[in-house]
Amino acid sequence: MQTANVNRLTPYLFLAPAAAVLAIALLYPIGYMIYASFLDWNPSQRIGEAEFVGLRNYINLLGDESFRESFAVTLKFAAIVVSLEMFVGVGLALLLDRNIRGMSLLRTLFILPMMIAPIVVGLMWRYMYHPTVGIFNRTLKNLGLEPIPWLSDGDWAFASVIIADVWQWTPFIFILSLAALQSLPQSALEAARIDGATGWQQIWYIKLPLMMPVLVVTCLLRLIDAFKVLEVILVLTNGGPGLSTEILSLRISRTASEFRELGVAAAMSNYLLILLLVLTLGMFLYNKFAETRALRLRAEAEGAAS
Amino acid sequence: MPKIVFDKVEKSFGPVKVLPPIDLTLEDGEFTVLVGPSGCGKSTTLRILAGLETLSGGEIFFDDRPISKLEPKERDIAMVFQDYALYPHMNIAKNMSFALRLARVPKAEITEKVQRVADMLNIGHLLERKPAELSGGQRQRVAMGRALVRDAGTFLFDEPLSNLDAKLRAKMRTELAEMRDVIDKNMVYVTHDQVEAMTLGDRIVVMNEGIIQQQGSPEELFKTPVNQFVAGFIGSPTMNFVEGELLQESDQVWVQGDGYKLPLDAETSARLPGTAPRDVTLGIRPSSLLVDPAAGAPIELKVVVSEYLGAQSVLVTHCGAQELLVETPSDGPIKAGTAQTFGVITREMMIFDKASGLRV
Ligand SMILES: Nc1ncnc2c1ncn2[C@@H]1O[C@H](COP(=O)(O)OP(=O)(O)OP(=O)(O)O)[C@@H](O)[C@H]1O
Ligand SMILES: [Mg+2]
Repeated sequence: MQTANVNRLTPYLFLAPAAAVLAIALLYPIGYMIYASFLDWNPSQRIGEAEFVGLRNYINLLGDESFRESFAVTLKFAAIVVSLEMFVGVGLALLLDRNIRGMSLLRTLFILPMMIAPIVVGLMWRYMYHPTVGIFNRTLKNLGLEPIPWLSDGDWAFASVIIADVWQWTPFIFILSLAALQSLPQSALEAARIDGATGWQQIWYIKLPLMMPVLVVTCLLRLIDAFKVLEVILVLTNGGPGLSTEILSLRISRTASEFRELGVAAAMSNYLLILLLVLTLGMFLYNKFAETRALRLRAEAEGAAS
Repeated sequence: MPKIVFDKVEKSFGPVKVLPPIDLTLEDGEFTVLVGPSGCGKSTTLRILAGLETLSGGEIFFDDRPISKLEPKERDIAMVFQDYALYPHMNIAKNMSFALRLARVPKAEITEKVQRVADMLNIGHLLERKPAELSGGQRQRVAMGRALVRDAGTFLFDEPLSNLDAKLRAKMRTELAEMRDVIDKNMVYVTHDQVEAMTLGDRIVVMNEGIIQQQGSPEELFKTPVNQFVAGFIGSPTMNFVEGELLQESDQVWVQGDGYKLPLDAETSARLPGTAPRDVTLGIRPSSLLVDPAAGAPIELKVVVSEYLGAQSVLVTHCGAQELLVETPSDGPIKAGTAQTFGVITREMMIFDKASGLRV
């Protein structure tokens, strides 16, 4: 009896150090941020001196035109970037999943962009986008075409930022998809070939569904990252022209450092956090829902059969 | 349904030669059984025929049409994989109907077909499950069902019943035999099971290390095997082989060895080339040894173990230092540990050249 109790507690004992580290490293900063979002807090004050304002920061933000603009830009950016990257990354993986000579070298080349520090990527692209000496406009000029205002026009700047991000992060999706593809059960694919599936049908009915768990996680990771992207845009456009590329994390950093409103910045971060939580939870709930539905269907079918 | 011809088909995996050139003709509508020890290249042969492996040489013809460059789906083939190869993400109904859905068969027809085949295989109640939620035998039946719902010209079965219990296996065997008689399809069937091979096959092909040893009807293989390997592979319990030598005494040829001396029947003697004596291997089927010593040439055997199988018993006996199996009806009063004289049906004995293994 006594030992049984002790035994049952043992795992928790071993878990305790990890739990403690987790609590300090993860929960403390989040708690701090949540608390700060209820304050009217200026960086020159200590946190204790800041005035408690309840939900005022949140409510003000909802009415704040430029915050809403920035929120919209972020959503748009994340949605476009992640869709493009998923599409290109998975597509490339499907294309390059074969054993011909030189393929492993090609694969290695493909993942290089991901290894470069974001700041460097930003600088590199800024030079390439340069209105007169950048490679793009020089090429256009040599071809006798009009130069493009890559970073000085709102819409073009948004596109430029997207191009740079797609360039850097497609490889991430590419390698994960490729790994997923190569661990697929080969025999199921052979069966599909016998069953008469064309290349496309194999991709659509066998490969993609079997890769789905990996793709979902990859997509979620990329989404979370895309909502938080900062450096490349900071270096490329610094949010401009106007607010056209001012994504939320840029606005948060400016609110904190330029406008010196830590409470508001914290509230913005929390909005972002909530958004990501909703996204993750939504995905989770959808999976749960699909699972229970499948279980119910099966129970019905087997009940009817017996 | 095409006549299938393997013309000098070769297969190597890198440096490993799995199939030396093989020639094989499968007549239209024939049920061909491939048998052979594990690793002899049966699955490889099927997979080549299905188009899942490329040829290293030679060509396969369907009715004189070379097909080795065709995709599997262009060959009009259904296949049961040795490892089942079910689609893990689809439920059983979807697994079985995949080919039909791709072929855009009307929905009602698909449902009807799947249900009928599933009921025949006793998996009708599992249709909504995923493969991971089935037992090995159930999965195997799904693999079988996935092939049977199709209306392909050629069916390839790679050990499709290996994981089923005896009763189900017998039932499936009957279903297959019926199918063979009713529908006019080519079927190629790999099995380790003697009963399946003998009962289902119009033609049995015995392979060893990639080489086709012999092909023919079950009866041909049983009665006139070309060599010791085929003789030992076909028939259950397996044929007894004992060392011996031939001697000529006036008009009669005898085969003699450790603990026995048996007369050779005239027909076999006539086929013997040259002159005796020489070293041979004598093959005696367990069923050619009778309890009644008067029923054939006498041979004295020491019964070591009696394995009771119901109506039949298999006696493990010693003849000198060599082991012989005897198949007898169970009602005889034979006890282990006794020495007894049995009768050998000499015209069923086979003589193999000891060096080459070929039957004389
Ligand atoms: N992809 C491969 N690469 C290399 N060798 C292979 C490959 N597939 C099969 N082999 C070899 O080819 C030989 C024949 O294999 P195969 O699968 O045809 O045997 P099998 O007759 O079906 O045996 P079993 O009765 O055990 O299923 C084996 O020796 C095997 O090791
Ligand atoms: Mg095999």
